[in-house]
Amino acid sequence: MTNPSDLPNTADSGANGNGQAGRYYGRGIPYLPIDGYPGKLIAIEGTDGVGRSTQIQLLREWLEVKGYGVIETGWTRSQLMQPTIELAKSSNTLNKLTFVLLYATDFADRLEKEIIPALRAGFVVLSDRFIFTALARAGVRGVDRQWLRNLYGFAIAPHMVFYLNIDVKTLITRVLQSRGMDFWESGMDLKTGDDIYDSFRQYQSKLLKEYASMGDEFHFRLLDARRPIDKIQDELRKQVAAFLEPAEKSAEPALLVKG
Amino acid sequence: MLNTLTQPHEYPGKLFVVEGIDGSGKTTQLGLVAKWLNAQGHRVFVTEWNSSALVKAATKSGKKKNALTPMTFSLLHATDFADRLLYKIIPPLKAGMIVLADRYAYTAFARDVTRGVDRQWVRELYSFAVRPNLSLYFRVPIDVSVDRLMARRVKLKFYEAGMDLGWSSNPTESFRLFQGKVLDEYDQLVDEFGLEVIDAAGSITEQQRVVRALIAQQLQTKTATPEAPDDQPV
Repeated sequence: MTNPSDLPNTADSGANGNGQAGRYYGRGIPYLPIDGYPGKLIAIEGTDGVGRSTQIQLLREWLEVKGYGVIETGWTRSQLMQPTIELAKSSNTLNKLTFVLLYATDFADRLEKEIIPALRAGFVVLSDRFIFTALARAGVRGVDRQWLRNLYGFAIAPHMVFYLNIDVKTLITRVLQSRGMDFWESGMDLKTGDDIYDSFRQYQSKLLKEYASMGDEFHFRLLDARRPIDKIQDELRKQVAAFLEPAEKSAEPALLVKG
Repeated sequence: MLNTLTQPHEYPGKLFVVEGIDGSGKTTQLGLVAKWLNAQGHRVFVTEWNSSALVKAATKSGKKKNALTPMTFSLLHATDFADRLLYKIIPPLKAGMIVLADRYAYTAFARDVTRGVDRQWVRELYSFAVRPNLSLYFRVPIDVSVDRLMARRVKLKFYEAGMDLGWSSNPTESFRLFQGKVLDEYDQLVDEFGLEVIDAAGSITEQQRVVRALIAQQLQTKTATPEAPDDQPV
């Protein structure tokens, strides 16, 4: 893990921006200052089928038992944009720019209406995916990187970003054992061929490379997604506890705190 | 970084855009230009701001519920623009046609910044746009624009009047405040992007005469591309 001089405490204190409330990645939203909000934003990233939702569910459970208020947010779940995104996906009218912009609009809606209000109210916000999925997908499709980073300059930097790291071989087996390969997750829109298996393997390999290339830039905390669910969860809880507990005393009586 | 908005394009066609606040008369002027160019035998395509089918549903429902924030308002319009640019604007330009755009990225620069979106962010957002051959800005005093809209008994719409900003609960007063600030932003764009200013308080015919002269100049410029129309007016 790199430890750039402008963020001296990243590796140790476990938080971007010195463990304080979030900051904007870029130019931000001028009419929406976010300084001093008590809430915490934790993002769980990883490619399709890597096990993000399971981990978030378990983490939420644990946090709530400890007395933290928890709110979940997920990609393309905004009221404003979900119907449009579904429609656009099914009608095949998306080009790479509108693809990126629709997702960015969805994210902006959730940021302003869910994430920031929750942070202001002191919640722990668990984000199932964050802007990195959008950056990875757009990167694979050849959208200009600098333009993308400017676009998402209005995003808040999470206090912690966990990345569920996996190799494409393990991923394929896992996806086939559960729900199978889907059109978009296989990058079939890129029209590399008719074979969904080949397309999935190629597309996901490229996606994984994109995610990996962002690790240092956005301070990913890597979790080995090939390990059993409870082992991953243990590691997740250990790091989250180390971050949250010095900042705020747990509501749970000390006697009941599990190791 | 993409910077096609500030670099001349290399398509054989021509892109002319009109800009200005509601009630500036730009749509009337654009309609007359289209008539004239068609009569001259040019192949013309007209495209309007915020008209793509892709985001129509979201914009409509967002506007209906007054649920749009300045950021989502800005991003939805950028999505609409990207959709039209790639499907409606660039193909006719490649085919050597004339594209007339009723509002362009400058509308976003003026409106979104007035709503509180970062000035540099929105410029970079639209950096993938094609630079127009000519951008006509119909500058009109706010009073003239309000009088025109009132005379036509136009019901001022929530977002057009900037009601989302909560500056005034009176639509006309809100329009005046909001569009007044939009005018200030437009004024900044004139030098930054080389907009041609048309005095939109003058008569329709006089404005059209100025506009046609400016467009004729653009059409006389020789292009080396073989697809360019060879029936250019003199």
